[in-house]
Amino acid sequence: MRHIISLLMENESGALSRVSGLFSARGYNIESLTVAPTEDATLSRMTIVTRGSDDVIEQITKQLNKLIDIVKVQDLTDGSHIERELMLVKVRASGEMREELKRMADIFRGHILDVSDKTYTIELTGPGTKLDAFLAAIDPAAILETVRTGASGIGRGDRIMKI
Amino acid sequence: MADMELTGAEIVVRCLRDEGVRHIFGYPGGAVLNIYDEIYKQKDFQHILVRHEQAAVHAADAYARCTGQVGVALVTSGPGATNAVTGIATAYMDSIPMVVITGQVPTAAIGQDAFQEVDTVGITRPCVKHNFLVKDVKELASTIKKAFYIAATGRPGPVVVDVPKDVTQHKCAYAYPKSVTMRSYNPTSKGHAGQIKKAAQMLLEAKRPILYTGGGVVLGNAAEQVTELARLLGYPVTNTLMGLGGYPSPDPLFLGMLGMHGTIEANMAMQHCDVLLAVGARFDDRVVGNPKHFAKEAHRIIHIDVDPSSISKRVRVDVPIVGEVGQVLDEIIKLIKAGKEKPDQQALKAWWAQIELWRSQDCLKYDRSAPVIKPQFVVEKLYEVTGGDAYVTSDVGQHQMWAAQYYKFAKPRRWINSGGLGTMGFGLPAAMGVQKAHPDAVVACITGEGSIQMNIQELSTCKEFNLPLKIILLNNGYLGMVRQWQEFFYEERYAESYMTSLPDFVKLAEAYGHVGMTIEKPEDVEPALREAFGKYKDRLVFLNFLTDPRENVFPMIPAGKGLSEMILV
Ligand SMILES: Cc1cc2nc3c(=O)[nH]c(=O)nc-3n(C[C@H](O)[C@H](O)[C@H](O)COP(=O)(O)OP(=O)(O)OC[C@H]3O[C@@H](n4cnc5c(N)ncnc54)[C@H](O)[C@@H]3O)c2cc1C
Ligand SMILES: Cc1ncc(C[n+]2csc(CCOP(=O)(O)OP(=O)(O)O)c2C)c(N)n1
Ligand SMILES: [Mg+2]
Repeated sequence: MRHIISLLMENESGALSRVSGLFSARGYNIESLTVAPTEDATLSRMTIVTRGSDDVIEQITKQLNKLIDIVKVQDLTDGSHIERELMLVKVRASGEMREELKRMADIFRGHILDVSDKTYTIELTGPGTKLDAFLAAIDPAAILETVRTGASGIGRGDRIMKI
Repeated sequence: MADMELTGAEIVVRCLRDEGVRHIFGYPGGAVLNIYDEIYKQKDFQHILVRHEQAAVHAADAYARCTGQVGVALVTSGPGATNAVTGIATAYMDSIPMVVITGQVPTAAIGQDAFQEVDTVGITRPCVKHNFLVKDVKELASTIKKAFYIAATGRPGPVVVDVPKDVTQHKCAYAYPKSVTMRSYNPTSKGHAGQIKKAAQMLLEAKRPILYTGGGVVLGNAAEQVTELARLLGYPVTNTLMGLGGYPSPDPLFLGMLGMHGTIEANMAMQHCDVLLAVGARFDDRVVGNPKHFAKEAHRIIHIDVDPSSISKRVRVDVPIVGEVGQVLDEIIKLIKAGKEKPDQQALKAWWAQIELWRSQDCLKYDRSAPVIKPQFVVEKLYEVTGGDAYVTSDVGQHQMWAAQYYKFAKPRRWINSGGLGTMGFGLPAAMGVQKAHPDAVVACITGEGSIQMNIQELSTCKEFNLPLKIILLNNGYLGMVRQWQEFFYEERYAESYMTSLPDFVKLAEAYGHVGMTIEKPEDVEPALREAFGKYKDRLVFLNFLTDPRENVFPMIPAGKGLSEMILV
């Protein structure tokens, strides 16, 4: 199953490599990983998207908790949560394709950030599935470049991760 | 004079003093010269100069294993640090509390491919409990304090503190912190009361119980509690390789070691029990073999461990208890004593009858009339001659298994070996660490001719520091454990497991200034040992026992098989 794990960790150099090293050393897979400092500059917040059986996910959370720099671990998938990802797509946009791509961007609530005579650069945010759907909806030959941030997640309502 | 400024090098030395360190093991080099200069000027602790950094770390590790205190090693940057890595990984796998201070190139040179630069924090990251690079002298004392705290608490482990050379020159005010609080590190010590109650109940309801205890009992100083609980209930006990000494081996409740080279009675009882109490043991693959074959009789498992990630890792358990073994066992004992309930004596009697049947197969028997020296015989004689009270270190291989099977450890912290990493070369430096910690104790190193050559240079250290170790070399002329696997699983194709041109070990021992003996006949074994531990008790004696080259370790469970699939003699 797919799980989204949120971490609060000390904002120390090397903390990120401890997490990524743990995943590679123990053979856990990482679908995506995002990290940035929080409003408290001594802490970083990381979101990891991973896949595994219940046993594997249990080990992943235990092993993460064991890392000395990690302050808190939460499996967001355990409760209701929101996840969002940002994608920038550069597409070939010439001739009649130009109108078509503009329309698709609108339908997916994307923004066109940059325009040249042959290209559009479109910004999209949403759950990963929505971004996948956009890419599936447009002509694959039009896609010149994509860049995605990986998911960031947060609990819904009163579900708060703080120290 | 709390606000007098000290250099980083002075701070390192003061921290060690204030931490109560009595011995450190190390080897100098450019990046740590300032620290060595301060060591030269002080008398609070002794520095033991080894001949290879790996040995410094093994010695510090064994010092920790036999005392329960944090071991300390000091090495230089680059090759000093890389030589230390095997020692660090060895300690990590067996959860040994240790602080290793490594020199580093000056902060400004980091990342420049400087002379003797390696990314020590990066290299050691997967084999330490934690590591630090100290970039500011103001953080030096608090980092060293944290290192000792992290190493010793929760599930113990090695911590590396990497100190750039300029940091050892910079100055700041020194104060050693009295305590440490870390928001990101708070190991659980007290077990959950509800779970403890469930465990006590489950134990009392057992019809075919067994206590399976491991290194955690030794590390957590809970041998007394294990013994009390087992005797209170009359339940059988088995130990892992790392747990030996956690229950007195000569006791009738003791079934011996379990696992790949465990006894029939221990392995069969594990397989057929209905309630299993696992204490400070981690269901290693050398212990339960294939976990799929393990739970055949659908037993219920209680597991006490301070590290949540050890629980339900390889085998699902029914009652997990996260906490210190000693505290949790105290509570369980209290509950059982306070209640009226007693174990089902009839069921227990039947269970013991079954166990005695397994035990009567006498799986550790061997040919006592052979004209050649049997390695098992040497270990048995060593046990007799030392009154069962020696500290025994070992290397890795067949000799290690024979030591574990035939030296009946009665106390914890007497059996010092590398179980998790299985590091050949561990035995001799480990014995040095033990002898430094216990100068008057009898220390024996059981080794093989392959293993001893991996750190043989330490014979020189032993001379310098007058360490009267007894080296018990079970010389079978083979990398015996490898040869055994090749005999069983590779149709006797002995690829590279035979060593020609072994040195003359007697001359070698003498060259280093020690006493050497070669023993070739069974009847000479005991007299040689008596001479070594008697007449030569104050000298290092290297006993080269020429043992049966074809002897194998039995029982044996082939890797990946279930506990009841043992190969017997
Ligand atoms: C050649 C060779 C053959 C081997 N054959 C065997 C064999 O036949 N049988 C065998 O048993 N082993 C064998 N081993 C050793 C094996 O590889 C493992 O090292 C060993 O089984 C692990 O022992 P353990 O389960 O006691 O765990 P350890 O590695 O000792 O781990 C200790 C556990 O206790 C926990 N702990 C630590 N402190 C505390 C505390 N204070 N409170 C609570 N919990 C704590 C830790 O978190 C950990 O889970 C062999 C090794 C070699 C090299
Ligand atoms: C550093 C290291 N290299 C290789 C091994 C693999 N290995 C395990 S046992 C063994 C043979 C040990 O030979 P010896 O020391 O003579 O002991 P014996 O088995 O003959 O008693 C080897 C090579 C190891 N455990 N450690
Ligand atoms: Mg050998």
